[in-house]
Amino acid sequence: MSGQRPDSDAGASDPFSASDPAVELDDVSVSLGGQRILEGISVDIGKLRSSAHQTESGGGDGDDGTFVGLIGPNGAGKTTLLRTLNGALTPDSGTVRVGGEDIHAVSSKAASRLVATVPQTTSVTFDFPVRELVRMGRTPHRSRFDGWSEADEEAVEKAMRRTSVESLADRPVTEISGGERQRVLIARALAQETPVLLLDEPTASLDINHQVRTLELVDDLVGDGTTAVAAIHDLNLAAHYCDALILVADGRILSAGDPTTVLSESNLRDAFDAEAVVSRHPVTGSVYVTALPSSSSSADATGRVHVVGGGGTAARALHVLSAAGYALSAGALNEGDTDAEAARRVGADLVTVPPYAPVDDAARSAVESRVEAADVTVVADVEVGDGNLPNLEAAAAADYLVLVEERPFSERNYAGDDGCAVYERLREHGHVVEPSELLSVVGELACEAFGD
Amino acid sequence: MNVRTRATTWALGLTALLALVVVVSAGIGHVTIPPRTVALILLDAIPVPVGVSLSGAVVLPMLGSVPAPSVELGSLVSLSVPETAQIIVVSVRLPRILLAALVGFALATAGVVMQGFFRNPMADPSIIGVSSGAAVGAVATIVLGLSVPFGLQGAAFGSAIVTAFVVYMLATEGGRTPVATLLLAGVAVQTFLGAVISFLLLQSGESLRQVVFWLMGHLSGATWDEVVMVTLVLPLPFAVLLAHTRDLNVLLLGEEDAHALGIEVERTKQLLLATASIVTATAVAVSGVIGFVGLVVPHMIRLVVGPDHRILLPASALAGASFLVVTDTIARSGAAEVPVGVVTAALGAPFFLYLLRTREVRSP
Repeated sequence: MSGQRPDSDAGASDPFSASDPAVELDDVSVSLGGQRILEGISVDIGKLRSSAHQTESGGGDGDDGTFVGLIGPNGAGKTTLLRTLNGALTPDSGTVRVGGEDIHAVSSKAASRLVATVPQTTSVTFDFPVRELVRMGRTPHRSRFDGWSEADEEAVEKAMRRTSVESLADRPVTEISGGERQRVLIARALAQETPVLLLDEPTASLDINHQVRTLELVDDLVGDGTTAVAAIHDLNLAAHYCDALILVADGRILSAGDPTTVLSESNLRDAFDAEAVVSRHPVTGSVYVTALPSSSSSADATGRVHVVGGGGTAARALHVLSAAGYALSAGALNEGDTDAEAARRVGADLVTVPPYAPVDDAARSAVESRVEAADVTVVADVEVGDGNLPNLEAAAAADYLVLVEERPFSERNYAGDDGCAVYERLREHGHVVEPSELLSVVGELACEAFGD
Repeated sequence: MNVRTRATTWALGLTALLALVVVVSAGIGHVTIPPRTVALILLDAIPVPVGVSLSGAVVLPMLGSVPAPSVELGSLVSLSVPETAQIIVVSVRLPRILLAALVGFALATAGVVMQGFFRNPMADPSIIGVSSGAAVGAVATIVLGLSVPFGLQGAAFGSAIVTAFVVYMLATEGGRTPVATLLLAGVAVQTFLGAVISFLLLQSGESLRQVVFWLMGHLSGATWDEVVMVTLVLPLPFAVLLAHTRDLNVLLLGEEDAHALGIEVERTKQLLLATASIVTATAVAVSGVIGFVGLVVPHMIRLVVGPDHRILLPASALAGASFLVVTDTIARSGAAEVPVGVVTAALGAPFFLYLLRTREVRSP
C-alpha cells in the first residue's frame, strides 16, 4: 500500500505520510457541459492528515491512513471532485496523482486498482445476490478469461467480514435495507483492495444509527491504512469522524486542514451564506456547528435569559441563545457537568454546586436571584431528581418561562410526586416548545418583558 | 452451485429441449411423420465417423513412422426410412426449422444484450433502428427492383448496419454516448424510416404482397444457403458477447459504477452495440421483422435464472431458438400459412402482459 511520492522531500520531512498513498491534486479545473465546475483545485491529502494529527494527537502509528471529509454547500462541486478523483471525469487542466500515478493517464482498470468508489445507494434495481455484487469488486483484478482465483475469494470473504454482510450473502440486493446495502457497496469497494476509498454522501439516506455505523466502519478502515475521502453533508458528523476537512464552495477550496481550522464561523458564513455557531460538542468534544435561523442572523438580541439544565440537555440552548446575543445565566449545575462546561464557554453567569452534591439552600437562593434578574427563564429537557428539584422550584417564580420538551416529563422524573407537582406548576404558566422553536419563542417573550 | 456449473446445466438442458422441439416440429405438417422416423432421418443426415482405419502414416521425429488413424465418414444408419419422408424432412422442413432456430437464437441473444445495455426492460434487438434499417433496404430492393450483391438479404443486412451506425453517431458527442440519447435517437430514426417504408409501399404496385410478407416476418422459403450463411456469421459475434457477460453484469450497476470497477465504459458500449447489431441484422436479413422474440424470451428466462448474464445470455439464446421453432411450427401448420411474426406477437404480447400484471417482470 505504500505509494511512491514523486516529491521525495515532503516524504522525508514527514514520517507519517511516507506510508500514505499520496492523493495530490495539482491545479485541477473541471468543466461539465461547458460550465466550469472546479477551478484551480490544489491539495495534497497526505499533508492534510499529518498536520491534523500533529494538532490532534501529536502523532500516531505510521500505518494510519487519512479520513478526509469533503464538505460544502449543494452544488459546490463535491461530487464533481470525487468523480475527478476516480477518473470518471477528465479535468480540463491539472493532474490528479494517486500514489504517484496520474489517474487520468492510466487505463480505467489500473485506475480502479488505485481508487475504489462507494456510490450513493439510491437506485438499485437489479436483483443480484449480495455475494455476487461484492465479487464484482474484483473486476479490476481479473482479465477477461481469468477464472476465479484463491486471492479473489479471499478478498471477497475479507471484505464481507469487515462490513458484517456475510449473513446477507445469498439475499438479493433489492431485498435488504438501505443501511445494509450501504455496507454491501462498501464491501464491494473493499474487494477492490485499493489504497484509496472514495465515498459519495455515505450517510445521505441513512438513519442516525446507520450513519454512525457507516462512519465508524470507514474510520476503522482508515486505521488499517486506507485513505478515505468522503463527501459528507452533515458538518458535525464530518467534524467528529474526519482527520481533516476540505471545504469546497463555488468550485474552489475555501479551506482545508484540521476540522477546528476549517469549521470557523467565518468560513461557514462564506461557504454556506448562513450564520452558525461553532463550539465544542459537550459530550464528544468534537467541533460542533449549530446553524442559526436566518431571522436572528445577527447577534443583536437584547435581554437576559436564565437556563436550567444539566447533563448536556441545555448545551444547545446555551449556544443558540448566546449566539443570538442574549446575556445568559445558568444553574445550578454540578461542577464538571457538560452543561456547566458549555455555560462557561459561552460566558454565562454560572451557579454551581460541587460534583454529585444536591442543590443546597445557598445555591437555590442564588438561582432565584438569577431568575428574578432574567427576562426569560428556559428549562431544558432535563432529568429531574430530588437533587436538582430546587432549580425547578426557583424557575417557577419566573415571569416568562419556556419549557423545552423532547421527552415526556414522566420519562425523566426521578423525584416522584414532588417532581410532578413542581413541573405541573411550571407548565401552568410556561410555554412548552420544541428545541427548534426555542429561539423565536424566547425572542417574543423578551420583547414582551421589555414592554412591561 | 457456482456460475459455470449453472450455466452449463442450463445450456445442456435447453439444448436437449431444442433437439426435442426440432424433432417434433419436423414431423408436423401436411404429411405427419412419427418422431422416431424423423430422428432416424436426422441421424442419417448427420455425417458420423463409422470406422477408423490405420491406413495412413506420419513420421514423428523420435518414433519413426507411426500409423495415423484416418476417419471414414458415413451414415450411422443407412436404413429403412421412406424416401418421400426423407425428402420432406431434409429438403423442405429442416432448412426452415434450422433457420427458425438460428433466428430465434440471434434475436434472443441481441435482446438480452440490449436490455442489459440500456438497463431498460422495454429494450429489444431493434431498439437502435436495426430492423427498420433492414426493412428499408429490403423494401427498396423489392419495390425498385434493385440488384445488389448478396440479393435481398445482402441489402437488408447492409442497410441495417448503416442505420445502427448512423443512430450511434447521432447520439455521440465528445466521445460519449449517453444511453438515453441513444434510445431517443433510435426512436426518431425508426419513425423516419417508418415514413420511408410507407412511401415505398405506396409505390410498390405489383410487389405489394411480397413487401408486406417480408415486413411481417417470415421463415417460409428458407433455403439451406440461408442456413449456412447465418451459421457462418453468428458464432463469432456470439462468442464475443459471451466473453463480455461479466462486463454486462457490471454495466447493469450503471455506467458510473462500471467505470469505478475498471470497465472502459465507452469502448465496451461500442463493442456490445456493434456486435449485437450484427447479430440482429443477420437475423432480420433472412427473416424480416419478427417481433417480440427478443423482448419476451429474455424476460422469461430472467425470471427463472436471475439477472446474471453469464447464465442469462446462453440460456436465453437457446430458449429463443426453441421458442421460434415452436411458433413457426404453429404458423405453418394451420389451414393457411400465417407469417410467423404474427404468431410470435399474438402469443408473446398476452404472455408479456400477464407477466407485467403479476409484477414479475423486473428491470434487467
